[in-house]
Amino acid sequence: MIRRPARLALVAVLLAAGGLLVAGALRGTLTYYRTPGEVLADPGAARERVRVGGEVVPGSVRREGDLVVFRLAEAGHEILVRQRGVPPETFREGEGAVVEGSLAADGVFRADHLVVRHGNEYGPTEPPDAG
Amino acid sequence: MLGDLGTATLAAGLLGATLAALLWLRVALLAAPARPARAATTLTVLAAAAACAVLETALLRHDFSVRYVAENGGRHVSVPDTVTSLWSALDGSLLLWSLVLCGYAALLARRRHPPRLHAYAMAVVSVVATFFFALSALAANPFRDVHPVPIDGPGPNPLLQQHPAMAVHPPLLYAGYLGLVVPFALALAAPLAGDQGRGWLRLARPWTLAAWTALTAGIGLGAWWSYAVLGWGGYWVWDPVENASLLPWLTATAFLHTARVGGTRHARWNAVLACASFVLVLLGTFLTRSGAIASVHAFTESPLGPLLLGLVLLAVLAATLLAGRRDVAPAETPAPPLLSRATAVLVNGVLLVTIAATVLIGTVAPLLTEPLTGERVSVGPGYYHRTAVPLAVAVLLLAGVAPALRRAGDRAGVRRLLVPAAAALATVAAVGLSSRPGLPALTAFGAAAFTLTGLAAELGSAPRRRLRAVRLAAVLAHAGLALVAVGVAGSSAYGQVTERTVRVGETLRVADVSARLVSVDRSTTGGRMVVRARLAVTGDGTSRTVTPGLWYDPARDTAVTVPRIDTGPWRDTYLTLLAVAADGGSATVRLAVNPLVGVLWCGGALMAAGGLLAFGGSLRRRRRGPAPPARPATRVEVAA
Repeated sequence: MIRRPARLALVAVLLAAGGLLVAGALRGTLTYYRTPGEVLADPGAARERVRVGGEVVPGSVRREGDLVVFRLAEAGHEILVRQRGVPPETFREGEGAVVEGSLAADGVFRADHLVVRHGNEYGPTEPPDAG
Repeated sequence: MLGDLGTATLAAGLLGATLAALLWLRVALLAAPARPARAATTLTVLAAAAACAVLETALLRHDFSVRYVAENGGRHVSVPDTVTSLWSALDGSLLLWSLVLCGYAALLARRRHPPRLHAYAMAVVSVVATFFFALSALAANPFRDVHPVPIDGPGPNPLLQQHPAMAVHPPLLYAGYLGLVVPFALALAAPLAGDQGRGWLRLARPWTLAAWTALTAGIGLGAWWSYAVLGWGGYWVWDPVENASLLPWLTATAFLHTARVGGTRHARWNAVLACASFVLVLLGTFLTRSGAIASVHAFTESPLGPLLLGLVLLAVLAATLLAGRRDVAPAETPAPPLLSRATAVLVNGVLLVTIAATVLIGTVAPLLTEPLTGERVSVGPGYYHRTAVPLAVAVLLLAGVAPALRRAGDRAGVRRLLVPAAAALATVAAVGLSSRPGLPALTAFGAAAFTLTGLAAELGSAPRRRLRAVRLAAVLAHAGLALVAVGVAGSSAYGQVTERTVRVGETLRVADVSARLVSVDRSTTGGRMVVRARLAVTGDGTSRTVTPGLWYDPARDTAVTVPRIDTGPWRDTYLTLLAVAADGGSATVRLAVNPLVGVLWCGGALMAAGGLLAFGGSLRRRRRGPAPPARPATRVEVAA
């Protein structure tokens, strides 16, 4: 049996190591949620990777080769999204969607990941956007 | 009609569970006869079974006046899918949950454990059962009637209708989760029962083994379902719901090991692990059923949140007050030397708990950051890759070290490790030179080789007749763990994927596999639109036709991809149809080659088999094994 003070020291060292591990791992792996309004108000913060949720504006979806371009709206604010890759079949105008990516210098949001929100009781749901 | 009957069964269950809790407490405090308490427990399990039977009948009869049937039933749904839709949504699955919980209560009630320990443990289980019945009866009653009665329902979520694993995954998972209530109850009862509480670790073992086995199988089936159905080709995304199932598994694994090898030496540590496992089950229930965390397969918003959070806090409080007390009898056994199996197992337990802690932090961080900082965040898989994955590799390595250190202070044990270490280094060198899988995968391969070689040496050296079931079970489970590591590392390091829109006649290629789009067919069956892409897949010198599909379900207004997997001996060819052009002339297809996924499923199956074997062994030992701890002071003899 290890003596009590030594055991306490061991526990303290373990906790400190665990804390460092968690803090280090959280750095760079957190993705923040923004609304289109927040992205427009603070473009600098959206230069790094963020998730933006909103409604796909009806009539705004265009396909350009492998890209899908559409507007995402929330509470009157709209951003232009250019999505690389194929949106899921359930991606539809007027429905909610969450895109992940970053804001480019030209003010267009470059997304490489898109999740569609369903109104289902149970199923693939994504976080409802803030607000 | 059926609705009223169902509500009545819930009321009976609530009443029965409350009575059972009080009566068992009376047995514990006043040494009263246990017969009435047992009867109350029986009443509770009958009520839970009746509630499930009534809801099942309503589903099968398409009685849409019952709310749950109106929301999840449907005339177009096949009979097997109707049966399993009992647990396809929140309220129905809560009934199954109560049934499994009461089943465990009834089994525990029949055991002849030391009477006071037994009665306190039964009281704890009954309180938990009371809570879940209250939840069903008051907040999530699936039997409430609907006005006006609809003529048809939407059917369960289409994602849940297309894989056999969905039929057994939730019941198995529940059997695993709720089995952990027994070690939790025994750990809480032990300090209350005084002298009788000494033997609780031994009593808790078969229950924990059974729960662990079911949980392992349940997690494995869940991963298989998500691989075969969700269509993105993966089996684990560190989704909150998945994490919720992993957390109690980690602590229960640590508990099984330290309770056996450390024995009574770390009594408090064992009590903490037993309590933590069930508290994590409750916390996971809160996370997935309250709508607090959005996830791939969380149930949506529900009023259960505050109630469940209350139960979690109550359980934590009870565990802290009772299990946190100082041991009645300090350990008397001499301390093992530093280099021993006991130390290795203890260190591994600490590592497992650390993994659980980091995963827990990652899972609840999004919940905590919003009120604290006002920022909504999500924690990406990168976090878990940096924390849980390296720790898991360390656990695997130590799992290879521990069995070699057979006796305490055994120097020969270190020598026994030389061959596995050489095998590990050789594997790392060979794999590292022939491919570039990256450091995590490389260390995982090395650790797996280390553990597997050690296990093989152990099997080879032990005389056949002396290889007891317990040892064989450990060998199976550890080999399974190593295979899981190989499968995970291999499929994530060597998997390749491409995603493209191709016209009919064009070809997609990834690695040496090519898929040519032959045709796109549309059909309508059973009110459901189905599109199938016919692809000619060539690879490994063979050619075959694979037809991934896309269903559109108008009843729920959802489209579901139906991926097709062509399973080979060493790799899967995974095809998903993502979208089709309106004219049927082109389709967007995802083609992935996933190596070693089969090894992963084999590993999971081996682990579950090991658990089952150990469970069988522990039952047999109990039947003929050592008498219950000395001095059964006031024996309460009641026919079960």
